[in-house]
Amino acid sequence: MKKDIKTIKILHLYPEQMNIYGDWGNVLTLKKRSEWHGYNVQVIPYNPGTAFPTDVDIVVGGGGQDSGQTVIQDDLLRIGDDIKKLADHKVPMLMICGLYQLFGHFFQTKDGKRIQGIGLFDIETYAGDKRMIGNIVTMTDFGQIIGYENHSGMTVLTDNQQAFGTVMKGDGNNGKDKTEGAVYKNVYGSYMHGSLLPKNPVFADALIEMAVTKRYGHFDPQIIDDRFAEEARAIARGRPR
Amino acid sequence: MQMPLFNQFVCILGNSIMMRHKDVTRIGKAVRHISRLRGGSGSALPGLVIEKIDPQFAKRTLESLPYGVVIVTGTNGKTTTTKIVCSLFESAGLKVFTNKTGSNFTRGVIAALLADVNHNGVLDADIAVVELDEAYAAQFVKTIRPRYSLLLNVMRDQLDRFGEIDHTARLLQVVAEATTDTVVMNNDDPLIRAIADVLPKSTNTAYYGISSALQTMFPSDQQLYGKAQKPQKSAHTNSVTLEKVEQNNAWFRLDTSAPQKVSLKLQGVYNMQNAAGALALVRTIATETAPSKLLRSLETVRPAFGRGEAIEIDGQSLEIVLVKNPAGFRLALQSYSHKNVTTMIAINDNYADGRDMSWLWDVDFSPLKSVHTVSGIRAYDMALRLQYDDITIEKVDTSLSSALTQFIDLGPAHKRIFCTYTAMMTMRKILAKRYNLEDIDR
Repeated sequence: MKKDIKTIKILHLYPEQMNIYGDWGNVLTLKKRSEWHGYNVQVIPYNPGTAFPTDVDIVVGGGGQDSGQTVIQDDLLRIGDDIKKLADHKVPMLMICGLYQLFGHFFQTKDGKRIQGIGLFDIETYAGDKRMIGNIVTMTDFGQIIGYENHSGMTVLTDNQQAFGTVMKGDGNNGKDKTEGAVYKNVYGSYMHGSLLPKNPVFADALIEMAVTKRYGHFDPQIIDDRFAEEARAIARGRPR
Repeated sequence: MQMPLFNQFVCILGNSIMMRHKDVTRIGKAVRHISRLRGGSGSALPGLVIEKIDPQFAKRTLESLPYGVVIVTGTNGKTTTTKIVCSLFESAGLKVFTNKTGSNFTRGVIAALLADVNHNGVLDADIAVVELDEAYAAQFVKTIRPRYSLLLNVMRDQLDRFGEIDHTARLLQVVAEATTDTVVMNNDDPLIRAIADVLPKSTNTAYYGISSALQTMFPSDQQLYGKAQKPQKSAHTNSVTLEKVEQNNAWFRLDTSAPQKVSLKLQGVYNMQNAAGALALVRTIATETAPSKLLRSLETVRPAFGRGEAIEIDGQSLEIVLVKNPAGFRLALQSYSHKNVTTMIAINDNYADGRDMSWLWDVDFSPLKSVHTVSGIRAYDMALRLQYDDITIEKVDTSLSSALTQFIDLGPAHKRIFCTYTAMMTMRKILAKRYNLEDIDR
């Protein structure tokens, strides 16, 4: 009999509209590392107006241009309850930039118009005048996270919303309170492109471990050669903003 | 020159009332001379001085030319396209002024002008062809209105500097709106094409494009992910269409006539697309030159430095290919054959390259199979990217000089280096020193 290969399903939200500054690299990293750890991987793209697949192990979403956000914002509200259900069942998710903002309560444009988000994170985002751009380093539960931010939206955490990390270098959520991103159960929101996951393999593996443990009970990681990632991290840390 | 002293100098000059054009020219030429003696490239300082003492200098000189000013702008292919446009104009018998050596910003244009005008400040030219970055172009047209503009494409390029693609498109729209006679546009780029809808009726338009058979060779940023969307058919007719490409042969259709075959020295489908743009522009202006003459002249144009021309050194053929953004890198990987080619990639993240490395994740490297050497400041970011496409790497060395030297010393083979802008400039210096290469222009 053929050995049973375990499969991990990665749901990629809005790959055509919300996928900028290398956000695709996050999907690729989860896929490749899961494979290197010995799992079979299925990447499922989710496009607006189609049925939302709920039997998934990891959900990934990226940033977009204004034009891309306009296309998806109604659809996101439509699937909001499905996403919340997955989140409450501790499905790991990673939302970058634009989708991070829309996983919060709202994004308020310069002329005061509010684009509703799904409110999974207790965050509010306001269009700002300053572009927060450059190399960024934060400290998180997964150690130092190294990436590149590029946004003008200013995000404030409300109530007891927990941040993803503390800014060591860069602007983070709003350039003021040293917070970066947000966490709800196993859902992580962040402004970090870069792409985020390739240069942060510890965090990538943590997401994979959450997914695998949830579906199969336990996770047997393989040793992956992360020398390039380590060198790239060391150099990125020392580069100008 | 010390900066405080310099500011004082400019201040005194600026205060003297209404200097004559001739005097400004003399000062500019003098500053240019001094700055070159001091070993500078002679482009920044003289431009700065003239901008301060006579902001209208370039405007007066350029707008008075018989055929005025042409601006070539867009994300990819400006340098090669400008080179083609200049050659075609020259074959049409026009004297052309252009800004060489990649100084594609306003001060660079002024510096180039100072080199070319006579002592009375008169430019002996019929037309000026100016290559400008999108952001600089939008600034430039505030002072100097182009008679013609050629808009090539809007792709993701150093977005950490310009913001977003939609913003880049708006910069090009500013250039189009400032154009007084004709805007020539890439009919296959939806963001460029959309600019036509907002132009005043008095502005003329012309288009160039590629046949639907060639469309698959030009993936757009939007088409990179998921299912490729079928590009919307344009309502505009092309003045020049690139119909077919086979190795170095290209077939161009002028208006609706039968396609004509041209053997090019340029490589890569994207350069042939740029040639279509150049032809469309020159046809619009040099109306009395027979199209067949322009096509023959196109055959003689050589690629610009770092745009795929092979250098022969130590009995080996070395190609240097500049890559600046995901679309350009993807096109380069798709349009060259990688069989029996030893490859090096050099990635820097200096300001001119863009600090953001995320663009490497928007390129599919699978056409490569293996890369011998990875170098540049961000060599390890590149190596990491290749690891995730299962591409084997022999060596990672962040030092460009040792990586390049050892890469060449591997012995005779067909070699190709993909590199970012500042990595290219550094390697060019190393090569020039080691092999006494002639000063490589453009």
